[in-house]
Amino acid sequence: MTPTWVQLANLLAAVLFIFALKGLSSPKSARNGNLLGAAGALLATAVLFVSGIPLANILLILAAVLVGSAIGWISARKVQMTQMPQLVALFNGVGGGAAALVAVIEYLEVGGENKISLAATVFTVVIGSVSFSGSIITFLKLQELMTSRPVIIPAGKWVTMLVAALTVVGAVWLVISPQIWLLVALLVLSLIFGMLFVLPVGGADVPIVISLLNAFTGLSVAASGYVLNNVLLIIAGTLVGASGTLLTKEMAKAMGRPITSTLFGAFNGTTAGNTSTGGDRPVRSGGPNDVAIMLGFANKVILVPGYGLAVAQAQGTLRELADLLAARGVEVDYAIHPVAGRMPGHMNVLLAEASVPYEQLKEMDEINPEFASTDVVLVVGANDVVNPAARTDKSAPIYGMPILNVDQAQQVVFLKRSMRPGFAGIENEILYDQKTMLLFGDAKDSLNKVVSSLKNL
Amino acid sequence: MDGVALLTIFILSIFVGFEVVSKVSTVLHTPLMSGANAIHGIVLIGGITVTGSATNPLEITLGVIAILLGAINLVGGFVVTDRMLEMFKPKKPVARSDDGGAA
Repeated sequence: MTPTWVQLANLLAAVLFIFALKGLSSPKSARNGNLLGAAGALLATAVLFVSGIPLANILLILAAVLVGSAIGWISARKVQMTQMPQLVALFNGVGGGAAALVAVIEYLEVGGENKISLAATVFTVVIGSVSFSGSIITFLKLQELMTSRPVIIPAGKWVTMLVAALTVVGAVWLVISPQIWLLVALLVLSLIFGMLFVLPVGGADVPIVISLLNAFTGLSVAASGYVLNNVLLIIAGTLVGASGTLLTKEMAKAMGRPITSTLFGAFNGTTAGNTSTGGDRPVRSGGPNDVAIMLGFANKVILVPGYGLAVAQAQGTLRELADLLAARGVEVDYAIHPVAGRMPGHMNVLLAEASVPYEQLKEMDEINPEFASTDVVLVVGANDVVNPAARTDKSAPIYGMPILNVDQAQQVVFLKRSMRPGFAGIENEILYDQKTMLLFGDAKDSLNKVVSSLKNL
Repeated sequence: MDGVALLTIFILSIFVGFEVVSKVSTVLHTPLMSGANAIHGIVLIGGITVTGSATNPLEITLGVIAILLGAINLVGGFVVTDRMLEMFKPKKPVARSDDGGAA
C-alpha cells in the first residue's frame, strides 16, 4: 500500500501540474509555469524512489532514467528553433509509446482477471500506439524525411476503416477473452492505424494533428493510471487530454479549418494538392537594387516573415533592414500570421530570438485593414499564409484559412528561393500579378544585398 | 482506491483541464502544447512502477524501454518548452516601449 505521505506528495505534484498549465496560458507567467510543472514531475519521481515501495531491478531502472533524461535534455537543448515542432511531435510519440508499453507489461504481470482494469489496459495500448506511430509519421513529414504532401493510398479510406474496425473488434475480443497473441495483434493494428490516420494529412494541417495526438497520449496516460491505480497519472493524463482537445479546437479555429476536414480532407479528395497552373507563366523578377529603391522611398512597409526566413536564419538581417527603413522615416510593421512558421506562435518565438521589438509584431486581425494603405509589402519566405486561393478557390486545400491580405497593397515583393509552391503544395496567384516583384535567392543573401543597396541609396 | 473514486477524479480533472487553458492567445499555443506534452511524460513513474515488479527478462526489457521513452518525453518536453519561453522575457517590451512609439 502506498504510504500517506507519498500520496500527499503526489497530490502536490498534481497541483503543480495544474499551476503549470494555468501559467502557460499567459505570457507573463508562462516560463515560471513550465518550471512549476518540471518541479512537480521531479517531486513525484524522486518520492517514488524513496517511498519505501520495494522496487526490483533498481539499478536498471536508475540507468534507464538517467540515459533517457540525458537524451531528452541534450536533444531539447541542441535542436534548432526552426526544427522544434518535429521534436515536440517526437517527444509526444515516445510518451504514447511508453504508456502503451506500461500497459502491456501490466498485462503480462497480472493478466486479465479484472475486466474493467483490462478494458483500461486495452484502451491504453490502442491509444498509446496510435499516438506513437502517428507522431513518428508527423515527425518524418516535418523533418522532410518524407513528403509533406498528403499521401493518398489507393482505396485508403476503405483500408483505414477496415483497420479501425479490426482494431475495435480485437479490443473487445481481448477484453472478453484475454490472450497474448491477440494483444500483440492489437498492438500491430493500432500502430498501422496511427500511420493511416496521419498519412493523408497535408503539411499545413500537421500542427493540428500534433496537438490532437498530444491529447491522445494524455488520455492513454490517464488510462494507464487507472490500470496501475495511480491517481497522479490519472490527473496528469486527463489534464493533458482535456486541455489538448481544447487547444486542438482553438488551433483549428485560428487556421480556419474544421477539425473533421483536417483529418478526413484527404479521404474525400479535397486535398489533391496539384492545382498546378503551369510553371512557364511569366513573372516579374528584380534585383536587390530595385527592391531597395521600392522600400527606401515608400511611406509605409509591412514585412511578412515566413518559415523560409527562419530556415535561412535571416531574422537578424530582416531586423537590420527594418531598423534602416525606420531610420529613413518609413513606417515599418511585421505582419504575423497565426500559423506563420510551422505551428501557431512559432514565428513569434523565432522573431523574439532575433530581439525584434514586441510592439512591431502585429497579429493578423490587427494588420489586415492596413494593407490597403500600404505601399510595399515584403514577403520573406512565406507563401501559403498570403495565398488568396484561401479566399477564392474552393478546391484549394487551404480554402477557408484566414490569410494576410497582401494582395491589397500597392506593391508586393517576394523573396523566394524558387517558384516552388509552399508547404501546402499549391500555386500562389499573387506571384504572377503585375504589381508583384520577385527576388530569387536565399533569404539571408537577398536581405543582405538589399540592406547594402539601401545603405548606398 | 475503488473505481468510482477514480472515475470522480477523472471527471473532475477533465473540467479542470478545460478550465485552465481557456482563452489562450495564439502566441502561446505552441509553448502550451509543448508544456502539456511534457506533463504526460509523467508516465515515467508508471514505467518505473511496472519495472520495479517485473520478474522475467521480457517484462524487464520492455520496462527499461518504457522508462527510457518516458524520461525522454518528460525531461526533453520541459527543457524544450523552457527554451521557447526564454524568448518571452518580460524585460524587453518594457525597455523598448519608448523607441517603439517614436518609430
